Formats: sequence, structure tokens, C-alpha cells
Amino acid sequence: MLGLNKNDRTLLVIVAVLALLAPFILNPFPTDSSLAQFNAGYPDLMQKFVIFGIFAIGFNILFGLTGYLSFGHAAFLGIGSYSAVWIYKLFTYNVIPAMMLSVVMAAIFALLIGYISLRRSGIYFSILTLAFAQMSFALAYSVLSNPKFNLTNGETGLQVYANDIQMFHRDGLPDFPHIFGLSMGSTSKLPLGAWEFQFNVGYYFCAILMILAFYFSIRLFRSPFGMMLRAVKSNQQRMNYTGLNSRPYTLAAFVISGMFAGLAGGLLAATDPLAGAERMQWTASGEVVLMTILGGAGTLIGPVLGAGFIKYFENIFSKINDQVLHQWVSFMPDGLEDFVVALIHPFIGKGWHLTLGILFMLVVIFLPGGLVEGGQRIGRLFGRKKRAEDTADAAAKTPAE
Amino acid sequence: MSKSDLTRRGVMKAGAAGLAVPTIFTAGSAAAYTNEPTGGSVTLGFNVPQTGPYADEGNDELLAQQLAVEHLNGEGDGGCLNTFTSKALQGNGILGKKVEFVTGDTQTKSDAARASAKSMIEKDGAVMINGGSSSGVAIAVQGLCQEAGVIFMAGLTHSNDTTGKDKKANGFRHFFNGYMSGAALAPVLEKEYGKDRRAYHLTADYTWGWTQQESIAAATEATGWETVNNVLTPLASTDFSSYIAPVLNSGADVLVLNHYGGNMVNSLTNAIQFGLLDKEVNGKDFKIVVPLYSELMAAGAGENIKGVFGSMNWNWQLQDDGTKAFVKSFGEKYGKPPSNSAQTCYAQTLLYADACERAGTFNPCGVVEALEGFEFDGLGNGPTLYRAEDHQCFKDVLVVKGAENPTNAYDTLEIVEITPRAQVEYAPDHPMFAGGDLGSCNPGA
Repeated sequence: MLGLNKNDRTLLVIVAVLALLAPFILNPFPTDSSLAQFNAGYPDLMQKFVIFGIFAIGFNILFGLTGYLSFGHAAFLGIGSYSAVWIYKLFTYNVIPAMMLSVVMAAIFALLIGYISLRRSGIYFSILTLAFAQMSFALAYSVLSNPKFNLTNGETGLQVYANDIQMFHRDGLPDFPHIFGLSMGSTSKLPLGAWEFQFNVGYYFCAILMILAFYFSIRLFRSPFGMMLRAVKSNQQRMNYTGLNSRPYTLAAFVISGMFAGLAGGLLAATDPLAGAERMQWTASGEVVLMTILGGAGTLIGPVLGAGFIKYFENIFSKINDQVLHQWVSFMPDGLEDFVVALIHPFIGKGWHLTLGILFMLVVIFLPGGLVEGGQRIGRLFGRKKRAEDTADAAAKTPAE
Repeated sequence: MSKSDLTRRGVMKAGAAGLAVPTIFTAGSAAAYTNEPTGGSVTLGFNVPQTGPYADEGNDELLAQQLAVEHLNGEGDGGCLNTFTSKALQGNGILGKKVEFVTGDTQTKSDAARASAKSMIEKDGAVMINGGSSSGVAIAVQGLCQEAGVIFMAGLTHSNDTTGKDKKANGFRHFFNGYMSGAALAPVLEKEYGKDRRAYHLTADYTWGWTQQESIAAATEATGWETVNNVLTPLASTDFSSYIAPVLNSGADVLVLNHYGGNMVNSLTNAIQFGLLDKEVNGKDFKIVVPLYSELMAAGAGENIKGVFGSMNWNWQLQDDGTKAFVKSFGEKYGKPPSNSAQTCYAQTLLYADACERAGTFNPCGVVEALEGFEFDGLGNGPTLYRAEDHQCFKDVLVVKGAENPTNAYDTLEIVEITPRAQVEYAPDHPMFAGGDLGSCNPGA
């Protein structure tokens, strides 16, 4: 079905089920318990998970398949966001045209940047993309936001104001991005015993697009085109010597990957109608590289896991403060309590970068294949016994020479 | 050929069931407004930069906010609750509910700040967001709070736009702004440096820098100064030497640094290294002005700020009762005097709590009504008005200069003049603040 083999179909079903049931899965602790701090099942963070999942899936099409390490993908994220907000400002809050323009604009910029950057490979390619991204950032941050010609609204970020044109906006429609009248911000809450689960329209919109993006990425990985991209990664020179021009393939991969980033940027603006320049900064480009490597570059599900991992740390660990810590360890005697809090203090709150850095190091050192490799190792650990028996059986069946 | 046993009908049914899940349960909560507190406690969200260029300011704000919560809950010595002219707060929480708080890291980035504020609103049930140490972040979070239906009490934000073209009904600013800096500084500069000065501006290239430069240039030109040039510098710059060199050849005799935080420390240091202050141009001593000062910047710039003029919202060396009470509580708890960003967050938290008490509700519309046109005193800035038209506080502004002979690590700035409120007031439709729309309060839900 869907042109997938059995393994890929299972993977797609797993991703789809996880995405659709996320409000339950990410909310394992009762609302009033002290562990509720670790719940991630609220709309904003769930949206971030799937949006950055899309971003990382797209990045992985370029990096995972061709091996070209782009350090400027955040530029497309920003372009997507600005395009979407301009649709809101000029025409309508409906997200469909906004998403379309986001993807198209990102594709145009990816074509331009890719055409130039792909003339070089390796580190030179990375530097070129980084340079373009920083140029875009500088343009968005100050050059294109001067009082005479204000395209991006600089540091404040592009927002929709009450006196904007909004040609097709009429009363009765929500004053917020919506899909044919259904506001992206509307959330249904389901109290169930001690738990409360939140179902958000914006989240499900993003989640469905993420599942589609994931499906597209599987198909691309398994296609002859995907095979060609892998060939570029393993030995581009040899490929060129056979008389094959690999540049159209890499350019196509770059543009597709840029379009994914544009879609992710558009979705960021769909769930929160604001586009800021720092979305295009090099740190944002670096973040998607981290996500992909952390999850497992070149694997299908890795980038999605990596995106979730990093966003979780950014949003959950940065909010733990000393007061919360004291609550957790309040059962200890006073001196010990203070000592434990002082010990953990550097790793929480403002220290979340430190925790993330340590985990990143551990993953890269011990699991070079990322979280996916971790999963595989655990799988092997439990699967080994069975396979050993299989081999024993096979050995038994093979007649002795 | 498909090898699957899944049929089209099966898929459709499963899909329909999956999609129907979110709509089966309607948003049936009876809350009258976003995050109506129902238990015995109320949650406030303190959203400050804990990492990034303004982390020092943010962490100082966080200390002050925690102190405010203690005082609201009746712990500690009560601080400014004893000096505040409104006596609605009893030290038993807000409206009898114990005050709890959550903290977040804005990273001085609009996106991160909004994500953090959203998690406070969506997950922790915060009814008010306080903090921010950058105008871009403050404006972004203010817009978010307007959409979500909670109150935003701005922290350190100095751009005219926060209560100008980006003002929002659910947002309030206690801090002063670029226009007020200009209005307070210009007369002092005229008195100290004379009427016929030629000023050269270096300006951080973003909204705050532009609005402040515009304000300072307008105010000084009104006293007879001439603005020779205004050069925009990228925010990310760390070395300003290339911007300083042309100043010497421009014929200017005053350098105005519209920079903040680390930018200001670096540009001032560069200017001193070039020996600008030892120069004599047009027969006058060369001078440097830094319109927006903070204690933390002064500490960073060290020796270099001696004699350099600037303006501040508040300073711990003021001698009124409110200031003394706050500095005493803060100093006893943390062993250092508070910065002016800490003071504005402390005052904002108390003002919010007081407004809830007077309104008898946490409903944002009730709070907005209680704060609009509210006159108070005893929080450290003298008699203050929260103007209804733009939700900007009007109070005295301080003109300060780098101390010539600081006696300890904290009195690096000395107060030159307390500019009276009347001198820094402006009409709500002043051109520098025009173009915005306050809208109406949004209770959410």
C-alpha cells in the first residue's frame, strides 16, 4: 500500500500514531503532581516538535542523502515565516495560501543560493551557505527594516496590526491564523481523572503535514532519485567521471530541502503569527544540524527524534528553577537538601545549554549513529537471544559435511 | 500491487475516527477568562533573559521578582508594601490566594521568549507575564499576551514603540522610554556643555536604537545643538574602532552612543582608547554621552564611564521611603543593591497584584480598568501615573553620570538631577508614538 514496503509502512504507521496521539503520550503525569513539570503535552511545545520535525526531515534529505552540510538552512525557515505573515497582512489569515507562498518563496531562494553554493563541495559549500544565511539575517534584521522601506520590521519582528489591509478578511473569521474559519489557536481540553489533555487545531494541522512530509521523505529515500543522491555522497568524483552530471540532482535535493524548511517556517507563523529575524541566525542553522546528527543523519526517523529531543530540553529544562528543585528534594535533611540543589543547580534553568551539550557529547561519542542507533542497540539486546536460537536451529538443519 | 490487507474503506474509517478525536470534546470550560485561578493559589510567569547578551539584567530581575512574591505572600519584611500608597495588599497573597511563580528563559530572542511565555500560559496556567530585557522581546511577548488574554507587565524596555506604535491593551510599561531620556538629558547637557555643540551619533541598528536616536537628536537640536552625523552600527558588532575613527574628522565635539549592554561597554572603551576625551575640538573639550545607563553596564565599563552623562529610570541611591525599603529588603536577601531593571520588575509585580486586589478579580479587563489612570507613590519613583491612553507610566527621570571617585563597587553612578515628571510628559499622539492602536482588553477564553 502507498508504494511502501512492509518495514517502511510500519515506520510510517508508528510515526502517524505517535503524532496523532501525542497529546496523550506527552502528558504522562497528572496535572497536579510534582512531575507535571516534565509534561510536554501542551500545544506550543507539541507544535514545535512537529514543525522542527519537518525542518529536520527536509534537512536530512540534503545532508543525510548527499552529504552536503548546509549551514544556512535557517534562512529558508525565516523566508517561509516572513512570506506567511505578509499573506496575513495583505490578504487573509487563512493558512493555506500562506503555506503555499512560504514554500514557493523558499524554493526560489533555495534555487538561487543552491545554484551558487553547489559549485563547491565540502567545507566550502558549508561556508557559502553560512554566508548567504548571515546575509539574509542581516538583511532581515536591519537593512530591510529601515523606516522608509520596512519589509521585515527588524528586531521587533513582523506582526499583523489592526490597521493592516487584509483584503479578504471579514468579520466572523477569527483574528488569528485559521483554516477556513477554524482558528489554529483553538484548543479542546479533555479532563480525565487527574489528567487534562489538550487538543489543538494548529497542532493537528502541523502533525498531518509532518506525516505527509515523512511519507514523502520515505518515498524519496527509496526512489531512484534517492539512490542517485546516495551515490553523490559515497563518491561524487567517480560519478562525474562516468559522464554523469550530478549537479542537477544535488540542486534538486537542495531545493526540496529548502522547501521543507520554508514549510516549517510558514507553520511557525501559522501557529504564532510573528516572524522574527533571529529565526535566520546561524545558531538556528546550527540547531537543525544538531537535531539531525543527534537523531541520526541519513535515517528516516532520526531527525524527527532529534528535533523533539532538543526542543524538549529547551522548553522543559530551562523552566526548572531552584524553587522547584527544593520541592523535589524536600524530604532530605536541610544541609543535604541545599547541597543536592547546589549540585544540580548548574544544569537546570539557565544551565539547560550545559545539560544539552553534555548529552550531545555522550550521544556523539557513544552512539555515533544518533538516537536511532541507541534504539537499534536496545532492539538487538532483546533480539539477540532469538537470533541466536535461529542460528542454532539453522546449524542443526544444515547437514554436517 | 499492494500487498496490504488494509482496504480503502478501512483507512477512511480509521482516518475519520482519528480526525474526529479533537472535536468530540468541545471546549466546555466555564472559565470567564484565560487561566482563571480556581484553587488556593495563583501563578505568575517571570519570563527573563537568563542566557544571551542581557543575561545579567535578567537574572537581577528574577531576584527582584522572587522578592516581590515573598512580600506579597507576607514573608520577609514586606518591602514596599509598607510604603506603597495603595493599601489594598494585605500580605496574604493576591485576593487571598497564595502567589506561586514559574520562570522561563527568553534568551533575548523573540521566538524563544514567546515559546517560554506560551508554555507558562498553556501549561502552568499563568495569569500574568512579567519581565523582558529587550524592546524587541517585550513587544513580541506583549502581542502574544494580547492574543492569549493575559496581562503583560513589561520589564526593561526603553523603545518608544512599546507604548507607541506597538502598544496593546493588555500590556503595561513602568519603565521610561527614549523620548523621556531625551527630554531629561537635553537641558542638563545644555547647562554642562553649552548651546553650540555638534553631536555625532553612533546608533545600534534596530528599533530601540532608532527611536532613542530620534528622541535624543530632537531634544538636543531644540536646545541649539547640531547633529553632524548618525551612523548605524550592527547589533552584533564587538569592535567599534572603525566607527570611532571618522568621528575625529567630522568636526563633532560630542559623541552620543545609542548603545546598550555589551555594545555600549565596547564602543565606550574603543572611544576612550582613541583618546576622544583628551581631544579639543572647536575650542571645546570633547564629550561622550550615553543616553541609557544601567548599573550593570557601568560595572562593565569600569573606569571609562567617569564623568559620562546618561539617564536612568531609577537608582538605588535615591532617598525616598520606597527606594529605601526596597533596597533594604533586596540588600539583606542578596547582599547587593538592586539594578534599575530589578526595580521595575519588582514594582510591576506589586502593581499587578494591587490592581487585582482593587478590581476584586484576576480578569484582565478588570485589571486593565484598575491600572488605567492609576496614581500612586511609594514604589521608589515619586508620584507616578499609569496613563490610560497608552499604558505608559509617567514619573520623574534620573540624569546620572559616571562617578568620579566611586567608594565601592556599587556607587559607580552618581545622580546629577531628578528631572520632574512634567518635563518628560508628552501627548499620547506625539509623532514619535503615533500609528499604534491600543485596541480593547482581551480576557481570552
